[in-house]
Amino acid sequence: MDIVVVQFLTGLASASSLFLVASGLSIIFGVSRIVNFAHGSFYMLGAYLAWTLVERLPYGPLGFWGGIVGAAAIVALLGLVMEFVLLRRIYRAPELFQLLATFGVVLIVQDATLWLWGPQDLLGPRAPGLRGAVTILGQRFPQYDLLLIFIGPVVLALLWLLFTRTRWGTLVRAATQDREMVGALGVDQKLLFTTVFMLGSFLAGLGGALQLPRESVNLQMDLTIITDAFVVVVVGGMGSLGGAFLAALLIGVLHAFGIVVFPKITLVLIFLVMAVVLVLRPYGLMGRKPGPVAATVGLVTPLIGPTPRALVWLGLVAGALLVLAPLFVGDYTLTILSEMAILALFAASLHFMMGPGGMASFGHAAYFGLGAYAAALLMRQLGLGMPLGLIAAPLAGAAFGLLFGWFCVRLSGVYLAMLTLAFAQICWSVAFQWVELTGGDNGLLNILPSGWAQTRQGFYWLALVLSIAGILLLRWLIRTPFGHALRAARDNPLRAEAVGMAVGRLQWAGFAVAASFAGFAGGLYAYFKGSVFPTFISIPRSVDALLMVLLGGVDTLAGPIVGAVVYTGLHEQLMSLTDYWRAILGLIIVVLVVAFPQGLAGQARDWWLARNGGRA
Amino acid sequence: MLTVQGLDAHYGLAHILAGIELTVQRGEVVVLLGRNGAGKSTTLKSIIGLVRPSAGQITFEGQGIAGRSPSTIARLGLGYVPEERRIFTELTVRENLEVGRQKPRQGVPHWTPEKLYALFPNLAEMKDRPGGRMSGGEQQMLTIARTLMGNPRLILLDEPSEGLSPLIVEQMADAIAALKRDGMTVLLSEQSLHFAARVADRAYIIEKGRIRHEAGMTALLADADVRQRYLAV
Ligand SMILES: Nc1ncnc2c1ncn2[C@@H]1O[C@H](COP(=O)(O)OP(=O)(O)OP(=O)(O)O)[C@@H](O)[C@H]1O
Ligand SMILES: [Mg+2]
Repeated sequence: MDIVVVQFLTGLASASSLFLVASGLSIIFGVSRIVNFAHGSFYMLGAYLAWTLVERLPYGPLGFWGGIVGAAAIVALLGLVMEFVLLRRIYRAPELFQLLATFGVVLIVQDATLWLWGPQDLLGPRAPGLRGAVTILGQRFPQYDLLLIFIGPVVLALLWLLFTRTRWGTLVRAATQDREMVGALGVDQKLLFTTVFMLGSFLAGLGGALQLPRESVNLQMDLTIITDAFVVVVVGGMGSLGGAFLAALLIGVLHAFGIVVFPKITLVLIFLVMAVVLVLRPYGLMGRKPGPVAATVGLVTPLIGPTPRALVWLGLVAGALLVLAPLFVGDYTLTILSEMAILALFAASLHFMMGPGGMASFGHAAYFGLGAYAAALLMRQLGLGMPLGLIAAPLAGAAFGLLFGWFCVRLSGVYLAMLTLAFAQICWSVAFQWVELTGGDNGLLNILPSGWAQTRQGFYWLALVLSIAGILLLRWLIRTPFGHALRAARDNPLRAEAVGMAVGRLQWAGFAVAASFAGFAGGLYAYFKGSVFPTFISIPRSVDALLMVLLGGVDTLAGPIVGAVVYTGLHEQLMSLTDYWRAILGLIIVVLVVAFPQGLAGQARDWWLARNGGRA
Repeated sequence: MLTVQGLDAHYGLAHILAGIELTVQRGEVVVLLGRNGAGKSTTLKSIIGLVRPSAGQITFEGQGIAGRSPSTIARLGLGYVPEERRIFTELTVRENLEVGRQKPRQGVPHWTPEKLYALFPNLAEMKDRPGGRMSGGEQQMLTIARTLMGNPRLILLDEPSEGLSPLIVEQMADAIAALKRDGMTVLLSEQSLHFAARVADRAYIIEKGRIRHEAGMTALLADADVRQRYLAV
């Protein structure tokens, strides 16, 4: 009993920081409609900056608390810079491009943090005056955690006052509903957005800084917290501070208990809770059905027309050249070409979901990774080889696609996308934590292809043929009645329902199809690399896929292929050039989004229209 | 006070407005009459900056405003009341008014919530009610009151009588008449000739994105031919 109480209190203490971060994310999203991936980076920066400030300032209450608040204030300024330099230029861009841009910032901040503070974990001092513990029911409980328990509700109350009792708060609430109208009433939206962004960033920074006495400061904090914050926001209901608070308590307490009772499956537990909440209340505990503005991902694109004859010829020539490639290129190039082929299939599967399916996924790597693990586990556990592995991989992808998709298709737009991300993170943590089965961080090694495919050429041909076959199959699917129905459901769900289509079922099926092709690509990738690691499922890999699709454009089937080729090549080049390739990649993403807010393909289409007499 | 010259507007590739010309003098109530889809709302939206004009000049109090942001235009003293009302449903009546508040402006009446409650007595009874729980008529009053909180020199009213019961329509006409007596300048859009006749001094008739006819209200009422051609349904 006593341990239960203490764990409960520990949960409440963690909930406070989580609430700060999630409320910041939610406030920013409310007004700007931008899902700010970099919010987790601000949390991490808050912790690092607090570490530095507290180390530098004289130890004492003033130095400590000054350091904490100072760190949050610096983060708020960084938020201001980011809004001013980046977001302001892309408010009109489609949501996914905005998201990519903020992910670019995540990459930049990661490398900047690595460069400034180094790779080792940092430990901060205890809070002066709160270093001890109190005894609760015979159990020791840190004084600092007791303070944290109070900080959450206090911040909630302050925010509530701010939003209901000040003109600024009233404007923010109004803008959350209809920012255009707020502008037409003469309110300077730029100022409003900037201040909202500063407040949100401040909360993230404070959340991170407050963790200083509790846990080590490290480079993984950003993506860990952003996933938790997404879960909190989805469970609590987007835009609801009260909901975020409740959900943060729920998740915080679950974490605390999970660590004691089932350390390995804490995240699975959280997944179950999230699933139950979303089944009962699709828009979260205290959320409301979003208006149409919030629900669209801004990617509804023209139908894919028949392929122009020239492109068919080009494709055939390219295909022939690719088949003959081993005759005139070396091993290194073949390896890269194999990777490109597999990733093109992976990107095409995401394209199927986003383009015809109209569902954006931030967590598509889940199915890729699950396919890879399925193939690898068959080999390690049962000694079954590649042919069966390549059958199991898409099945695994499809199975989990059915499972996760069942929840996801109940939502739409960014809500759906956030949920896909949360599922992917859960898979990742299972792969990471279930060491007995997956080998954890060490991965599963020696996943060899069948003998004839163990040469570079052999495997290259295999990857090429299977990837092209997969892509052609997807292309065929888009043109079947199923594909047409899927697009009809995407373009006008209400009308599709009205003519008797089961929109939810269709999307569910589309989700599973996309997942199974991703799983297949993952299986191939496992044999290609000869090993499988949790990174196959990580957020960066999901973002890779998004980048390939968006880089190439959602409009055409060639898009994901071009995207995969360009992106893989770029990635390879950067990695060989510098250790800080993440930052460079992030910078490239940011610059691309700012320069071409409609995407490369959108830009090309506009140019084409302008040149062909359409109105520019 | 407001001059529009050669205004063109597009939605995507669709050409919606072609060479709109109109002027509004200080103290006048001018109506833009036209059938569904004629381009009335688009004209008003282009003036306030919600639709970016693709050609033409818009001058307000001597300043060119075409292509500026809605908030900049609104802060020059141009009020806009949208057709869809766009009340902030989560905010109370009082808070809705607060969002519209701007600094007092020289030479125009300074509106306060109290004065607005006097103009629209219905609102006075529901100061703390969320906008989402109001009737259509009440919302229409609130959206006008909200815009008046910005102390505008001129207001653009998009179909104020649309979807309202006859009784409320009369109240609305009275309110506009009261505003006019106080010297307010108004450019409104309407389909209802009856309502326009109650409030307007002068009318422009718009059809398929072009101004087809301009006349004083009395002259228009006398001209059965024009009414038949452009306004009969
Ligand atoms: N957002 C939009 N996108 C594309 N076309 C639009 C959009 N809004 C209006 N239109 C088209 O522009 C034309 C003019 O529309 P507008 O709303 O200005 O007409 P209106 O005169 O206000 O009509 P109503 O009396 O029905 O309000 C119509 O043909 C309409 O279909
Ligand atoms: Mg209209």
